[in-house]
Amino acid sequence: MTATFEPVIGRYMHLDLFGRPHRIYVEEAGAGTPLLCLHTAGSDGRQYRALMNDARVTTGHRVIAFDMPWHGKSSPPSGWHNEEYQLTSAQYTGMILEIMTALELDRPIAIGCSIGGRIALHLALEHPERFRAIIGLQAGAHVDPYYDLNFLHRPDVHGGEVAAAIVSGLVGPDAPDSERWETLWHYMQGGPGVFKGDLYFYKLDGDIRGRVAQIDTRKCPLFLLSGEYDYSCTPEETLAVANSIPGSEVTIMKGLGHFPMSENPAEFLKHLLPVLEKIGSR
Amino acid sequence: MIETLKARANEDEALVRRGRFLTTTFLIEVGQTAWLIGIFEGRVVSVTPGPFVMPSSSFALRAAEEEWQKFWSSRPPPGSNDLMALIKRRVLKAEGNLGVFMANLRYFKEVLAKLRSQGAVA
Repeated sequence: MTATFEPVIGRYMHLDLFGRPHRIYVEEAGAGTPLLCLHTAGSDGRQYRALMNDARVTTGHRVIAFDMPWHGKSSPPSGWHNEEYQLTSAQYTGMILEIMTALELDRPIAIGCSIGGRIALHLALEHPERFRAIIGLQAGAHVDPYYDLNFLHRPDVHGGEVAAAIVSGLVGPDAPDSERWETLWHYMQGGPGVFKGDLYFYKLDGDIRGRVAQIDTRKCPLFLLSGEYDYSCTPEETLAVANSIPGSEVTIMKGLGHFPMSENPAEFLKHLLPVLEKIGSR
Repeated sequence: MIETLKARANEDEALVRRGRFLTTTFLIEVGQTAWLIGIFEGRVVSVTPGPFVMPSSSFALRAAEEEWQKFWSSRPPPGSNDLMALIKRRVLKAEGNLGVFMANLRYFKEVLAKLRSQGAVA
């Protein structure tokens, strides 16, 4: 039997964020225009594994994904054991810009899903000059809580099991089993309270409804792609965002759910590749 | 149809194994019609139709018949494909001791998806 290796390289970066030292795991593959990938709440950069392994993407793009602090192979900062993790808009924005600077990324394309899609809207509004284009997956301006978030972090409920069970229905019906369960496995591996802490941003702090219409797509092109089966950020919510931002381009992806790049990469790439092509020709 | 739940659930060995620490009774309402579902160590042991005078259960799931029918269709439409989707749309009410429900959420999603006309994506 012959072992094979993916063209993906991972490294640990030491970087001060919010005044504290952090150890951040960064993966990348390919060469060309930087494509900075932002994962969903409670998961990690492995969600972008298919993009990093697809020559149609990596031939013209340097695909980069980092695990946010507390996620995947990135550690929480020293002292975490007495803290409650809560992601805020300011921290999230700051971390992305700091990591871009540290990696010397010149006006990357940003692609983010769910919380990553939400922060993409914040970036498009507040820092359009730092990006060549922004792609929001499952990006809505706000989501109302629809279950008691305390169930995500309490000793009598297994955090990983409940996180995966909560999001399992967000995977679209056509996802291949292997990709569906890989996607859910990442949720099962999340640290205690991390998914809940991310949702503080998603459901409370990151509400951008009042400002989203101020996004100026002449400064930075904005593409919104959302899966038909997502009931967390529904197609209607993405369409509402798109309708309020002149010049934004929106696609509703049939049969896909909340994790398009991870749950069903083959179908997702049919939607993403034309967008990358369009950005490349600008 | 709900009467078939016992056979459909118990033939799935992996489901029963995952539910081995679960023993409880929950109530399901399909429109005006209620059932009590008894589970013992991951196995569905009783499906009792109402009406009930004083039903005891750890929690209850209540939705209109047309909502359950969409959920139980072979390819449910968006918004009807998952218990959490129904809850998000406020058409499924989950009430009672939801700690039992949430601690075994994958189990309950998969058990109820067994009532789909064919296969089951929970």
